[in-house]
Amino acid sequence: MDKIFYILSVATIICACMVIISKHPIRSILFLVATFFLISAHYILLNAQFLALVNIVVYAGAIMVLFLFVVMFLNLNKEVEAHKGVFSWFAAIVSGGSFFLIVIKALEQSKLLINDSPNHSIGLVENLGHVLYKEYLLPMEISSVLFFIAMIGVVLLNRKEKIVKEN
Amino acid sequence: MSWIILKIIFISIIFGLSLFIAMYSTYAERKIAAFLQDRLGPNRAGPFGILQPLADGIKLFFKEEFIPLKADRWLFLMGPGFFMITALMTSAVIPFGPDITIDGKSFSLQATDINVGLLYIFGVVSLGVYGILIGGWASNNKFSLLGAIRAASQNISYELAMGLSIVALVMMSSSLSLKEIVDQQAGWHWNVFYQPLGFLIFIICAFAETNRAPFDLPECETELVGGYHTEFSSMKLGFYLFAEYINMFVSSAILATLFFGGYHFPGVSSMDPGIVKTALSVAVMFGKIFFFIFLFMWVRWTLPRFRYDQLMNLGWRVLIPLAVINILVTGAVILYKMM
Amino acid sequence: MTGQHVPFNYLPILLQFLVAAGFVVVTLLATHLLGPKSSGKRHDATFECGLDSVGNARNPFSVKYFMIAILFVLFDVEIIFLYPWAVNFKALGWFGYIEIIIFLTLLMCGFYYVIRKGVLNWESREDND
Repeated sequence: MDKIFYILSVATIICACMVIISKHPIRSILFLVATFFLISAHYILLNAQFLALVNIVVYAGAIMVLFLFVVMFLNLNKEVEAHKGVFSWFAAIVSGGSFFLIVIKALEQSKLLINDSPNHSIGLVENLGHVLYKEYLLPMEISSVLFFIAMIGVVLLNRKEKIVKEN
Repeated sequence: MSWIILKIIFISIIFGLSLFIAMYSTYAERKIAAFLQDRLGPNRAGPFGILQPLADGIKLFFKEEFIPLKADRWLFLMGPGFFMITALMTSAVIPFGPDITIDGKSFSLQATDINVGLLYIFGVVSLGVYGILIGGWASNNKFSLLGAIRAASQNISYELAMGLSIVALVMMSSSLSLKEIVDQQAGWHWNVFYQPLGFLIFIICAFAETNRAPFDLPECETELVGGYHTEFSSMKLGFYLFAEYINMFVSSAILATLFFGGYHFPGVSSMDPGIVKTALSVAVMFGKIFFFIFLFMWVRWTLPRFRYDQLMNLGWRVLIPLAVINILVTGAVILYKMM
Repeated sequence: MTGQHVPFNYLPILLQFLVAAGFVVVTLLATHLLGPKSSGKRHDATFECGLDSVGNARNPFSVKYFMIAILFVLFDVEIIFLYPWAVNFKALGWFGYIEIIIFLTLLMCGFYYVIRKGVLNWESREDND
């Protein structure tokens, strides 16, 4: 089990790096999809089967399709990457580095919440449903309000486009 | 270890079988079309033209591989490859027959029975969009791009109604495992009798997801030349066309599994376990699959194509609300019966 | 080996993926090697019904498709929320049913608003509110 984990982790990190390195936006997206698949494999190793497939359906299957649409929507004829000055490079390194440090510190101080056995079954859909619809009922219902607001956002997006066209 | 070898053999058999069935579906399609249009259909290669699909396949191998100068070469190769792989992946969770015993060990006629099999299908189907979008975009052709965008929008729209129609089914079965869903339908307890509306929504979505007529707008030749595969040639075109038939086979298998009792048939399920029962069960399963494949073809050569706004209105304004109503009614009926 | 819900169950899926990917790669290689090759300026141009192709296809398309994609993401997440509920439906009983009615009512209100505002109108631009 350990060996599989390390192989998967290395592959995941390589794919994630390729998302940033590759210059072509569509290739970046494809690497991101690959990263999601590898993360799903991690979930499966933890026996979180429902989460693994939800990760594929929602992230790889839906959100990445939206990303692809957005990239195709962009005019990719010209290389219009803005020239970045030394200062922005410096700022990016400082802020990224400090965020990384904070995450490492936080990880050091936290205890591992999961037990080691991969056969525990909280990740199965039956148990997850019980927890979600009994203990975490309120957050679940509030999330539907969030969806409602997002839909209103869609309507507003559509509206704005029309005003631009009329002018 | 022998378990893994058996699994590999089984997966290869299903793999070969789905390719073979897809191949002969092209032949069946042409013969059925010919029958419906009062023609003869392919009849030169071999008796009754039975070797025609083979000839077509070999021809595709020897065709020139064309990559447009403006195309993105890697993505141009990846598009059809990805489309084919996603089409071939779905059959992993479909149970083709009851468990059999080999050397005293039970072996199931299903590549794997995972706890969330239905979601697996849902996931793989949602990935099918990539092959089309990448291929259409990489060709750098206006027709391809329009075809790809249309196909993607159509697929994602009908995925929603499909997902919702399955929810009502899951409420009855309390499980996402396909094996369990099939075993609950033994006898005449086929889900289609309890979920007629769900079945109707699902089969419409299955037609739309496989891009078959009357939903074949992405490759609508009267306005988009060849749609998303305009620029493709040789086996890359072959993959796009062939994957459509594999998808048809797999959707038929899913329809049979979810709504028509899978390998169960009254009389067969109650027989004594043994080789005869297994053989009959598998035959029943494939009989159901072939029926649905025939239905796919029958509809294609009978109905005209939708207009794009009609297609979108059907998906969003009709099927999604209907599926939600179906969920609520199913829930109320189940709870009322439980009281 | 079977009957339990363990990560091991996913091994056949990996095997199937390997078989499928192998088949695709071999076929693409074979067709690459077997087919004839030719090239030329006209020959390699993008197909545009026999005319010289104008520009390329990296152009923006209708924003409607983009709206569909956003709505799809929203609905997809909601459907995923329904699955754990549907599996436990009989155990949760009327209480769960009422929960989901509230959930779906909000969803359908938003959906109705989206339709009323004409986000999903394909017929003509003038119809929109």
